[in-house]
Parts: sequence; structure tokens; C-alpha cells
Amino acid sequence: MSEAAAIAEAPAGPVGGHVWRQFRRHPGGVAGLVVFALIGLAVLFGPWLHRVDPNRISIRERNQGLSLLHPFGTDNLGHDLFAQVLAGGRVSLAVGVAAMAISLLLGASVGVASGYWRRLDGPLMRLTDLFLALPLLPLLLVAVTLFREPLRAAFGPSTGIFILIVGSIGVTSWMQTARIVRGNVLAVKRLEFVLAAQASGMRARRILFKHILPNVLSSILVSATLGMATAIITESVLSFLGLGFPPDFPTWGRLLYDGVSFMQITPSRVIWPGLAISLTVLSVNYIGDAIRDALDPRALRR
Amino acid sequence: MFAYTVRRLLLAIPVLLIISFVIFSLLTLAPNDPLGDLPLTIPPEVRADMRAALGLDQPFFIRFLLWLHQFFINEPMNLVQALTGLDFGDAHRARVLSWATRSPVVDLIVQRLPQTLWVVGLAYLFGVLLAIPIGVVSAYRQHSWFDQIGAFVAMVGYSTPTFFTGVLLIVVFSVKLQWFPSVYDTNLKVTDWASLIAQARQMTLPVLVLTLYNTSQISRFVRASMLDNLHQDYVRTARAKGVKERTVVLFHVLRNSLIPVVTVIALGVPTIFSGAIVTEQVFRVNGLGQLLITAIQGGDLPLVQTLTFVFAVLIVAFNLIADLLYGLLDPRISYE
Repeated sequence: MSEAAAIAEAPAGPVGGHVWRQFRRHPGGVAGLVVFALIGLAVLFGPWLHRVDPNRISIRERNQGLSLLHPFGTDNLGHDLFAQVLAGGRVSLAVGVAAMAISLLLGASVGVASGYWRRLDGPLMRLTDLFLALPLLPLLLVAVTLFREPLRAAFGPSTGIFILIVGSIGVTSWMQTARIVRGNVLAVKRLEFVLAAQASGMRARRILFKHILPNVLSSILVSATLGMATAIITESVLSFLGLGFPPDFPTWGRLLYDGVSFMQITPSRVIWPGLAISLTVLSVNYIGDAIRDALDPRALRR
Repeated sequence: MFAYTVRRLLLAIPVLLIISFVIFSLLTLAPNDPLGDLPLTIPPEVRADMRAALGLDQPFFIRFLLWLHQFFINEPMNLVQALTGLDFGDAHRARVLSWATRSPVVDLIVQRLPQTLWVVGLAYLFGVLLAIPIGVVSAYRQHSWFDQIGAFVAMVGYSTPTFFTGVLLIVVFSVKLQWFPSVYDTNLKVTDWASLIAQARQMTLPVLVLTLYNTSQISRFVRASMLDNLHQDYVRTARAKGVKERTVVLFHVLRNSLIPVVTVIALGVPTIFSGAIVTEQVFRVNGLGQLLITAIQGGDLPLVQTLTFVFAVLIVAFNLIADLLYGLLDPRISYE
């Protein structure tokens, strides 16, 4: 597309279209999107193509190398590693998305509330500062250990742990989003169209949803990618320290943790799950970088 | 500046009190019995005695106040007495005791601190020392192959969790090549050249893992900050008046670019202590992170409480230091 056509078209299209055009110029971002989509598709639809039960034990086939039947090899009990990585990916990505959603919801609400209502600003920002001063990883470890049994009893082993991990990651990671959103809301609030809406007697809630939220959505999007990357890493850290999901409900972190004891015999047991975590986080980070660059007016000159 | 410092220090007191209360309530109110792991055959009256011995029969607030008193008054006074030799009162004040070892928690922390400081602190230092030149060159030669590769490596280093890099290095260098030990020998004492070399060899892998991570993180900041400054008017002025390019970059630009970087570095210091939990676990370094993990697994609440609170103190302290450094280094910022 020529430069003139781009300029002519720019005001007509929605803000999203412009961001998308900028995004496409970022090779890392596009590559990240492709890789992330591939991982997502593999994890979602892979188990239908690779029809091996991840929990099937067959001692005869233990500790095998790569083969057509077992593309990633097998572990010491004959579990098919490829099936396990696919199944683990479902949980890891689900944890990432769910924890990111919670942290985004919390962060955006706190940010919008403290940016929009001056009376709430002081207390909410003090709360944010307090959370930022907490040693989060130690507290996460403590919370996950202490609340494991009761939640397991209440919701069953896998659902209980899922709720616990997603909840505790979400509750401890909303602060950056809140700060960024607050700053944006403060800036948008002073613009004329918000003043006009207020003057015309629009109710605060409608102003928030119609005028303020759409304008801070882009920064929320960047936090979403970062939040998802940290959530996936945090979950795998918890699993790696043995405080995450139970072994029969593997995530990438748990697979890596289980594989460490066998890394002398079958190093592929640590490499594949680790590679899956790293690739996912890398692609998500690149997507976030590209969105941020696309939104940055200083990058427009390029 | 002075008034600001005093105000921030005074503000830190309620913050720390609230944090210690949050940690304490999380630990105490959790639906989890500290004596739950003991055999059921213990008679109830013995169990009650054990609870009393651990101080668990006291109400919640009394226990919290006791911990506060022991941690904030008794421990510092013992420390002062031990350091200065002054004698003011009984030298055997009640201390925060670990449930698992029955030894004072502070002594345990002091025992573990050197390992963490050596391994993790050294990695942080290397990370900073490497990140600054990398960031400077990447920004100065923006879009060059060095910048492209550097950006990619930094992104990979920053996205790969340390437990994966650690395990990968162990597979390559300890299992396949057998150059370095995979487990940190904590009993090794440096007495001669041979043991010094052994110590250096066992520190190599954990330091390498953390250095890679820290370098990737900090070099991204250095690069961004350099880029912000390189296109400013004062740089053009300096070039126009004939200052040598080297001087322009290394003195005019770098000095200004390092202001935000210094605060980022200061803010990262607490993560030396808490963030290294994973790396210490991978390489079996018996530092503070490992102490915390064993304490959590063993349900040693006083140790967990104190250690977590020490991490919180570090975070608050370095937040303050970062803000003060920012004010000291950047004359445009005034705290009056």
C-alpha cells in the first residue's frame, strides 16, 4: 500500500485497524503471533490427531527416544511425552489465560476507579503500593501450600488446585495494570469529549463504558500479554518447586519438575516442556512488544 | 531532600507494620494445623503441651505482638550488644525461634546469607556490568546486526524461565561434557588454590544462569534509555561544538541515560534475595531461597514469617533508595 493511500485511509478506519497495520510491520510480533497460534492450535487440536492417552502407562516402552509412534519419546513409566506435553499445554495455557483475566479485571477496575473518582484514588493507590511492596513469590508459595488441602477437599483435587493457583496468581499480579490504566484514565478524563459527555448529563457508568474504556483498551491489551507471560512462568515456577499441580494432572512446569530427576537418562523430558514454556512466553512477549510499538506514536516515524 | 527522606522513613513504619500483619494473618488464619503432621497416637494433653510450648495457645493478637516485640526490639538489642560489647540488661532476651530446629531464626538467616550473596549477588553484579556496554552499543548502532542479535538474545533470555536455562546447562555441561558439577557442595571451604578453583567451578553454572537473565532484563532498559537520550538537542549541541563522538556518547549521553537505569538496578536488588529461590533450588545452593522452601514445606511458621518479612523490608528499603537516588542524580527532580 502506498504512503498516500495509507494516510487517506487512516482516519476512516477504526483505531484497531491502524494498530493492526502498525503491528504487521513488526516482524517479531508477526512471528510471535504465528508461533503462539501454532502452539495454541497444537494444544487444542493436537490430542485429536495424536491419539495416545497421556496417562497410559506401558512399562515395555519406557525411556524410549524419538520415534514415529512417540514423537518426543517416553518417560520412565512409558508415558508418551508428546501427548503429555500437549495435555500439559492445555492446563498451562488455561492457567495463563484465566490468571491473566483475573489480574486484568482487578487491575483495570482498580485503575479505572482510582483514575476516574478522585475520592477513591488515594486509598486505592496506597493499596497498590502496599501490594507492590509485598514479597510476592514467597507469599504465593505460602498461600499455595496452606490453602491446598481445604480447596482440594472443597472442589476436588484438580479443580481445587486450579482455582487456588489461578486465584493466587491473579490476586498478586494486577498492580502494574492498575497503575498503567489509572494513568491513561487520568489523561483521557481531561479530553473534551468526556467533558462534553459529562455536560450532557451522561451517567458516570455510561461514560466509563462508552468513552473511557475503549480509549484505554490498548494499554490493557499490552498488560494482558505481559500478564499472560508472567502467569505462565509463575505457574511453572510453582509446579517446578513441587507446589503446583499434582503429578497426574501435568502442566509444562510439572513435567519439567518430574523430568529433572531423570535428566541423565532422558534429557528430552526436561527439554520439550521447557522449550514449550519458553516458546510460548517468548511469542507472547514479542506480541506485547509489537502492540506497544504499534501504539507508540514515536514509532510512527519509522 | 532531608525532609523528604525523613517523611518517607516515617511512612515506611506503618507500611511495614501492615505488611507484617498481612503475612502473619495469612500464616495464622490459614486453615492448616501446624501440628497436623504429627501422629494421631499423641495423647491430647501432650498435644496441648506441645501447642503451649510453641506459643500456639495464645490468642492471635498476643502472638503477633510477641513476634513484633521479639523481631523489632529483642533481636536488634541482642545484635547491638553482641557487636559493641555494651551491657544493657539481660543478654538472653526471647528470640524468634524456628519450630523445626529450635534455633533462633535470625541465626539461620545469617548462616544462609553468604551463599545467596555470593552466588546471586555476583550474578547481579555481572549482569549490570555486561548489560551497560551491551545496551550502549545496541542503542548507538540501532538496527545494526549487533542490535538485532542483542535484542533477540535479550528477549530469549528474558522469556526463558531460569529453571529451564539451569536444567539445560546442567544437561549440557554437567551430564554430557562433565565440565562443571551440577550440585553445589555446601561443605566446601576455600582454604587453598584447589578448593578455590572447585568453588569457582561449582559457582559457574548458577551464576551463568542468573547473569543471562539479569543481563537481558537490564540491557533492555539501558538500550531504551540511551535511545531516549541520543536524539535530544543537547547531543546535537555537543556534536556541533566539536566534542569527540566518544565523549559525547560515553559522558554526555551515558550519564543521563544511567539515571533511570540506576533506579531500575536498585529496585531489582530485593529480587536477588527472593527471586533466586528457583535457581538455588535447581543447583541445590543452600541459600535463603532454599531456607524458605524447606521452611514452607516443613510448616515452620516463625521462620517463614520472619524470612518473608525480611524480603518485604528489603523491597521497601530499596524502593526508598531508588527514589532517593533518582532525586540525587537527576537535578530536574526535586522532592521539596
